[in-house]
Amino acid sequence: MPTLKSEVQPVVTENDIVYVRQNVRKWAVEMKFSLVDQTKMVTAASELARNLLIYGGGGEVRLEQLQEGSRMGLRVMFVDQGPGIPDIEQALKDGFTSGKGMGLGLGGAKRLVTDFDIKSIVGQGTSITTTKWR
Amino acid sequence: MQDRIPILHMSNFLLVTIQVDMHDRLALQLQDDLTSKISATGARGVLIDISSLEMVDSFIGRVLGNISSMSRVLDAKTVVVGMQPAVAITLVELGLSLPGILTALNVAKGMELLSRD
Ligand SMILES: Nc1ncnc2c1ncn2[C@@H]1O[C@H](COP(=O)(O)OP(=O)(O)OP(=O)(O)O)[C@@H](O)[C@H]1O
Ligand SMILES: [Mg+2]
Repeated sequence: MPTLKSEVQPVVTENDIVYVRQNVRKWAVEMKFSLVDQTKMVTAASELARNLLIYGGGGEVRLEQLQEGSRMGLRVMFVDQGPGIPDIEQALKDGFTSGKGMGLGLGGAKRLVTDFDIKSIVGQGTSITTTKWR
Repeated sequence: MQDRIPILHMSNFLLVTIQVDMHDRLALQLQDDLTSKISATGARGVLIDISSLEMVDSFIGRVLGNISSMSRVLDAKTVVVGMQPAVAITLVELGLSLPGILTALNVAKGMELLSRD
């Protein structure tokens, strides 16, 4: 599957969460996603970038523009070298939090995108890939 | 980045228009500022206009909820107005229903709600 464009952006401070939102918005607008789909992608990215910062201790967000036949995809990947998630199924449940959140971010982000893939190894880190197609 | 959102004081009401993409600290600062301002002014109502906000995530949703609960304890009503349809659709899918938060379509309807009783 050809990648037409990609960009990596670090997330190490709270302001970087805002930059991730702005960048995902910019890419989604350029790729002519509907306003609702733009908003869903930006919101999912905001949740996952915050998790990456708070629980993962910071990391990187990678954006990719994909083409598969006649459809275009916006892929956003969140990679950290933090403590990892011991029980992914539990973490995805609405209402589960190990901090003081509402436990909505992970499960909510999954509902907001088309493809959601999560890999996590305890002691090594977490990598989440989200994709939306149009 | 901006470090404070201005709060307008008009007769018995406090008015806030959120015009920037808020980072988390800015949202928490607004929560603190509104709480102290309600108690300092004895305001009976708080109107928060989010019509310029292009997304509300779980963090901002939680802050809006905190502001509503805090104002209730201080005997003031909070109403959140002007949420964009795309934002509302996304919030529901995210799983956030903003329980306990009064909402209105626009500033005029929000003021009407605050002026009742
Ligand atoms: N990148 C990560 N590294 C390690 N643990 C994570 C990571 N992302 C999520 N988690 C774990 O998964 C849990 C659930 O995450 P989720 O985003 O759903 O909820 P939350 O962040 O606790 O609250 P909310 O997002 O509603 O503010 C977190 O409490 C945390 O324990
Ligand atoms: Mg979260």
